[in-house]
Amino acid sequence: MPNYTLNIRRYSPESGEPAHWEKFEVEMEGHRPVLDAILYARNKVDGSIGIRCSCQAAICGSCGVRINGNPALACNTLLRDAVATAEDGITIDIEPMGNMPVIKDLIVDMDAVHWKKVQRVVPWLIPAGEPPEREYVVPHEAMVDVTQTMACIHCGVCVSDCLSMEADPDFVGPAASAKAYRFVGDPRDAATKDRLVHLAEDPSGIYDCTHCFKCVEVCPKGVAPMNQIMRLRRRATGDFQIKDRNNGYRHEKAFVNIIEKWGTLHEAKLLPDSYGEGLLGKLNPEAQKNLIGSAPTAIRGVLSGKVAPIKVLHHHKLPDQKKVKDIYEKIHGRDERIELNLYIVGEDADALEESAAVAVTEEGTS
Amino acid sequence: MKVAYWPGCVSRGFTPELHGAMELVAPKVGLELAELDRANCCGAGVIAEHNQELADTLNARTFAMAQAQDGAELMMNICSTCQGAQSECQERLDASSEYREMINDTLAAENLRYEKGVTNKNFLWVLVEDIGLDKLGSLVKRRLDGLRIAPFYGCYIIRPTDRLGYHAHPERDTYLEQVIEVIGAESVAYTGSHKCCGFPVITMNKKTSLTQAGRHLGDAIDAGADALVTPCPLCHLNLDLQQPEAQKFVNRDLGIPVLHFPQLIGLALGLEPKELGMGKHVVSTKQVAAKVTALAATA
Repeated sequence: MPNYTLNIRRYSPESGEPAHWEKFEVEMEGHRPVLDAILYARNKVDGSIGIRCSCQAAICGSCGVRINGNPALACNTLLRDAVATAEDGITIDIEPMGNMPVIKDLIVDMDAVHWKKVQRVVPWLIPAGEPPEREYVVPHEAMVDVTQTMACIHCGVCVSDCLSMEADPDFVGPAASAKAYRFVGDPRDAATKDRLVHLAEDPSGIYDCTHCFKCVEVCPKGVAPMNQIMRLRRRATGDFQIKDRNNGYRHEKAFVNIIEKWGTLHEAKLLPDSYGEGLLGKLNPEAQKNLIGSAPTAIRGVLSGKVAPIKVLHHHKLPDQKKVKDIYEKIHGRDERIELNLYIVGEDADALEESAAVAVTEEGTS
Repeated sequence: MKVAYWPGCVSRGFTPELHGAMELVAPKVGLELAELDRANCCGAGVIAEHNQELADTLNARTFAMAQAQDGAELMMNICSTCQGAQSECQERLDASSEYREMINDTLAAENLRYEKGVTNKNFLWVLVEDIGLDKLGSLVKRRLDGLRIAPFYGCYIIRPTDRLGYHAHPERDTYLEQVIEVIGAESVAYTGSHKCCGFPVITMNKKTSLTQAGRHLGDAIDAGADALVTPCPLCHLNLDLQQPEAQKFVNRDLGIPVLHFPQLIGLALGLEPKELGMGKHVVSTKQVAAKVTALAATA
């Protein structure tokens, strides 16, 4: 049976000792999960190792940790996969999740961060009036639309490595935002606009997401929280025209309009238009503050020679810009926005067949 | 090798030195660039945030133009953000023939048609996978001995891995380090190399944005780097153009130059700092340039 070396980060606040690493040797089959190895070390070697777990089947969301620097559930990460990402090819580093305070060893304080953020988005249904006498009747498609967010098990793995939260601990974050979409997308909920206004106006709300895909990459349940944040923004700007104080609405509008007019990005226009719409918008005090604040950067750009003054004033249109405009017109003219959610519809049968064919060829050649 | 070349907007806008450097480097590594000069902005994720179909159609238009280039083996970009935004649209376009037909119906007005399966690669990927590190090593005219370079990838070229071809190319998130070593420089490890520069929220939350940029720059300085290198011009905007501002958010002096990926390759291939546009950075590249020029003298 193979032997695995677990390198566990130990920390016990009441001991007064700083955090340190401790190695444990575990003999176990490679198809067993990392959690089994941690539990073996706790049961056979050192009963004081702190780890939270329950179902051991990626449903309860208790055993989130960082394995070789990447956040994951210990119960659905196999030892042989974990060792494949070990820096020295032998030692599996296991440490508590990030962005949350450590209570002991691998146990983090989910209440202090994750659950507080979830509470912020009012995670329950707010119906329009009295509940109906019998069950609510909801169109199938409407519930399918929120299926992906309902897959969340609140393990905190996305919260652990959220890169915006690293810089702004107040950021509402990926898990809570996905939860917010769960109700924004629910036709029974009567507070859709209020929810979106709160998320858009909050300086650490949906417009604080830096679009880094980290949560999409690490989520063990395929919730793709960042995609849900983009859907929240789409509803906030497209359906409710919420002109938030964070420039989220104006930035999107400015960007989209610039490409419609020129085809490529006219950067010198993007910034001022994101701060204030039209001349009047730019004269409002908040826009003025932002514009003046970005002046030194603009001046440095010109002085370095990278931004030619002519570029600020003039931007070339694409040779056939009219064609881009036509595309805009056609799509904006549709009755509703078309959205292809691959989590829900999956790939075409032909696409799947082809990928199966590729897999067969790869096996055949290896 | 002929490639359909999509330089993107920023490489011809606020970081013109990038596009310029690429044009000089291309013939030296055997690339013929057929520029897609009628193609539109990739949307940088913002247009997809506004309307998915619009973003998918605009990028299908670019892909169709690339596929119509005679003799081009693939489409090449020089921007991590273009790579990510375009790969996202391609994933949807390739997944459903019904959806693809609907988009193609719009493109038909321009006699364009997107056929599933375009190969769209950042120059970093082309250099390692299609040209090869051995070949690159043989082309080096000036080994960058003693130069300590900190890699900075940009999110869109490393996540999500399943969309970006990591199944077939699992080492794509180590290519910068590999290239840096092949050209004789030393790759500097630091915590920020695979994190976010913060650029996408610069207009929405400057503090979140520049705290991220500032920390990574500081970490690279603390690790002893002479310069950063990035394949993403949007990262370059936050790391270089905004660097003096970023200092305020991390309460320390920074002042580390940030090179575009093709500039670094150009230096190793014997091109001079000035012709690679290194004089057009906000943070001075003089010390790096001096180090490199001194190397040339001793070679």
